[in-house]
Amino acid sequence: MVRDTRGDLPFVMGDHAFTSRLIVGTGKYRTNDEMVTAIRASGAEMVTVAVRRVDLDRRREEGILHHLSPDEFFLLPNTAGCFTAEDALRYARLGRAAGLNDWVKLEVIGDERTLLPDTAATLAAAGELVADGFKVMAYTNDDLITAMRLEDAGCVAVMPLASPIGSGLGVVNPYYIREIKRRLTVPVIVDAGVGTASDACVTMEQGVDGVLMNTAIAAASDPVGMARAMKLAVLAGREAYLAGRMAAREIAVPSSPTTGMLDREHG
Amino acid sequence: MRSGVTVHSVSIVLNGKSRTVRNGLTVADLLRDLELHPAMVVVERNRKILAREALQATPVEEGDRIELVHFVGGG
Repeated sequence: MVRDTRGDLPFVMGDHAFTSRLIVGTGKYRTNDEMVTAIRASGAEMVTVAVRRVDLDRRREEGILHHLSPDEFFLLPNTAGCFTAEDALRYARLGRAAGLNDWVKLEVIGDERTLLPDTAATLAAAGELVADGFKVMAYTNDDLITAMRLEDAGCVAVMPLASPIGSGLGVVNPYYIREIKRRLTVPVIVDAGVGTASDACVTMEQGVDGVLMNTAIAAASDPVGMARAMKLAVLAGREAYLAGRMAAREIAVPSSPTTGMLDREHG
Repeated sequence: MRSGVTVHSVSIVLNGKSRTVRNGLTVADLLRDLELHPAMVVVERNRKILAREALQATPVEEGDRIELVHFVGGG
């Protein structure tokens, strides 16, 4: 059992307090059993799910509620795969109609190849969803201005990407992530692009409130092992951020005394 | 099919596929026929979300476009 020894406060989004700063997705796992075991190993409290048609021909693909209990996890419906604000609103409302909660991970994609967000459409959809009573966690680019506008629109969290969805490239622009965190009041969760534990650690070292990942765990050779690694990495990164790192410099400074060396005339 | 002859079936589009179902069905009946538990799906009929309480009282009518969705794995 790894504990956050500094007594870090839980982070609050909307009307919920979360202890784990790791949020995980549920896609791309080889089996449902592996998914559930990995998610438990990650220690995540909040878990994302997608809204899709029931497969009426091949009924073997059961809904995820058969495997994940809303009593055990906070299930966050997403609007993944939506390319217009209108579609995102439709998916968000379908997700809410399932009756779990009124939260949504808003995602409006603008480009097939990079899956980068359409920030204008995301902003438009965020405004409508907030007005409709949703708690909106908005996936966005690592762009400060859009992040500020999303906060102004009433989002409960703003979620800039580390790098493109599923790319595993890690944080490509740590400065922008830091600046977004410095300037926003609502929680900043880095969503997408983390590839391995060091990426998660570096992400948390930027001072953000949390990190959301899916592929990095699901596509690992051993997802359960990677889920444990991510849990530790998020804690390590958070503690390192709180502890305050030393200044970096491009010249060595010895760690051991330079005095008292043998065979010297003085000192 | 028309003028005085009872219509025994209606054509609908269910999750993007054309289907013929019995006349006089409610949406709740349709879910039962498909062995879907109402608590596990969300129904959208002609772009309007149906509240669970409305399933019993909502008829399936000719030309209806019905979407049955649920939660699946996603990031």
